[in-house]
Amino acid sequence: MRRRQAIALLALGGLFVSLYLWLHKLGLIGVLQCGTGGCDTVQASRYADFLGLPVALYGVVGYTVLLVVSLVAVQQPDQPRLRPDVALAVLAAPGFLFTLYLTAVELLVIHAICRWCVASAVIITAITALSLSLVRRRL
Amino acid sequence: MKGFYVLLAVVGIGGAVWLVYAARHKPEERPVPTTAVPAAPASGFRGYTLGSDSAPVHVAEYSDFECPFCAAFATVQMPQVRTQLIATGKVQWRFRDFPLSSHQYSRTAALAAQCGGEQGKFWEMHDQLFFNHQWAQTGKNPTGLFRQFAKTVGLDAERYDACMDSQRYAGRIEESRQEGEALGVDHTPSFYVNGRKYTGPPTSDSFKALIDSLTAQPKR
Repeated sequence: MRRRQAIALLALGGLFVSLYLWLHKLGLIGVLQCGTGGCDTVQASRYADFLGLPVALYGVVGYTVLLVVSLVAVQQPDQPRLRPDVALAVLAAPGFLFTLYLTAVELLVIHAICRWCVASAVIITAITALSLSLVRRRL
Repeated sequence: MKGFYVLLAVVGIGGAVWLVYAARHKPEERPVPTTAVPAAPASGFRGYTLGSDSAPVHVAEYSDFECPFCAAFATVQMPQVRTQLIATGKVQWRFRDFPLSSHQYSRTAALAAQCGGEQGKFWEMHDQLFFNHQWAQTGKNPTGLFRQFAKTVGLDAERYDACMDSQRYAGRIEESRQEGEALGVDHTPSFYVNGRKYTGPPTSDSFKALIDSLTAQPKR
């Protein structure tokens, strides 16, 4: 149960990070607060969009779904079924892989690091690890 | 379980307050340029260069003075590039301005460098701006500091001030940015080697390996 709660809290944190970047993309937030200075470089690059939509928007949608599913999972009784845990892992894994791709692009192509992207990468990595550990425990 | 929902509510409210705060506290208007960007000069200025015109390899660097990765390249890699590739006559290096719109003082710094160039000290100002890059992290208006840089490299302060006030090179900087945009520059620093986009790591070793391979090709 603790792990599901942790996933819900992490998903909520990730949702705010994604919202922050998306609102910036929409022009509703001025300069990104970024210690490295790389956020603007990353956000201005063509890799800030994917299939015609801002990458941050994918984050907003993904974290919202993860938050909802994790809250449903938290509501499960002490003898939880496998289904919500599998759903969390299935949702988190593509997000994790996409984050790996984006991090590689930052390091190898753009040569700039956005700390908000790093924050999101840490969050999705933790969610993926927790959800996989939940599935593994039930098997 | 109750504690979890309390924690969730705290995170939710905290995040919402943060987003509202960020949306309401937009930064001040950019101080420079305060006037419309002048038309590009008809002279077709192509950027300041280092190295011989007859060098077999020409590299164009599209850079932003406020960009930390450009500063890292200028301070860590460029000294090696100058020694190993430019001084040896293998490369002519061309600096092109590509000020990112998201950087508050990029154009001010680019103007300062161009005003240094007007007095024959572009590269000296370039080095001052990159080797003393703390100005890019403070968020404070660096105009006074740039004036100090100008004095440090031996510029005539009055001529420098007149140059900065007139913004006479703003059009040149914008022309360079537009040129980079047309070429497909999507981040800084970006490099073009003999007109072709360089996609390798921005290190002196990688440039040396590439340029050695280009200059080693047998002539037909």
